[in-house]
Amino acid sequence: MLSCKDVTQLISESMDRSLPLGKRIGVRIHLLMCLFCARYERQLLLIRETVRRLVAVEETPEGLFLGALSEDARGRIRQSLRSR
Amino acid sequence: MGNLERFDPSDWVDRYGDYLFRYALLRLRDRSAAEDLVQETFLAGLKNRETFSGGSSESTWLVGILKHKIADHFRRQAREGSLPDGDPPNQPGEPPFNATGHWTSGPADWGGNPPDLFRQKEFLEEFTKCLSGLSPTQANAFTLREIEGLNTGEICKVLDITETNLWVILHRARMHLRRCLETRWFARGTGKGS
Repeated sequence: MLSCKDVTQLISESMDRSLPLGKRIGVRIHLLMCLFCARYERQLLLIRETVRRLVAVEETPEGLFLGALSEDARGRIRQSLRSR
Repeated sequence: MGNLERFDPSDWVDRYGDYLFRYALLRLRDRSAAEDLVQETFLAGLKNRETFSGGSSESTWLVGILKHKIADHFRRQAREGSLPDGDPPNQPGEPPFNATGHWTSGPADWGGNPPDLFRQKEFLEEFTKCLSGLSPTQANAFTLREIEGLNTGEICKVLDITETNLWVILHRARMHLRRCLETRWFARGTGKGS
């Protein structure tokens, strides 16, 4: 019988690899009965999805929040390229 | 676009500098380290300009160089042993599970899936703070997995650890990150009338 502690480890693992069938079934059965672990899984998936979208947004040419190189850094980098 | 005649270093800074900077900053969370990697990327690009085939765009080619620099950065940190693999000291509160492996206090209800979290600047700030609160190994493993999108085999090579070890590290990273986000972000609304 898997404990909540075991199940949270397996939920995380399942985000990185495909679990063996026995473990997968054990986790699914536990999640049907355990509100907290089911919630835990939903929240981890929400965090993953949010991070992916965040990255996608920042990696457009404009970006959203992370801003730009400072003028200092810009000058320093230009200088280093010129001296080559 | 992007043939050898167009290789103009000062042009690079204007055209790709900010983009590469944001790319690096998202992964390193350190402005000066990110600036250094942008500079190193341009210098490596100049040095190896003959490896630019023209088959990809200049920006894709430069990001490819930057990706290597970022992996090198993490590799160096792991090798220098500056990465204690314990739980971060600044994780307050009781352990999540009791002796029998049951939740001591389970995850709180976050009140449905909040839409467009990723468009909120404050969320990005809290997320970055929570990520920085992890142990360096946990933060780097999480970053390589969820931001850089590497598979576990690739991450194990960079961090020089076993896969079993990585699964444990990622599990702890997610556990702490979830709890931190709950405290710093999702719990803000509880008790607040809407």
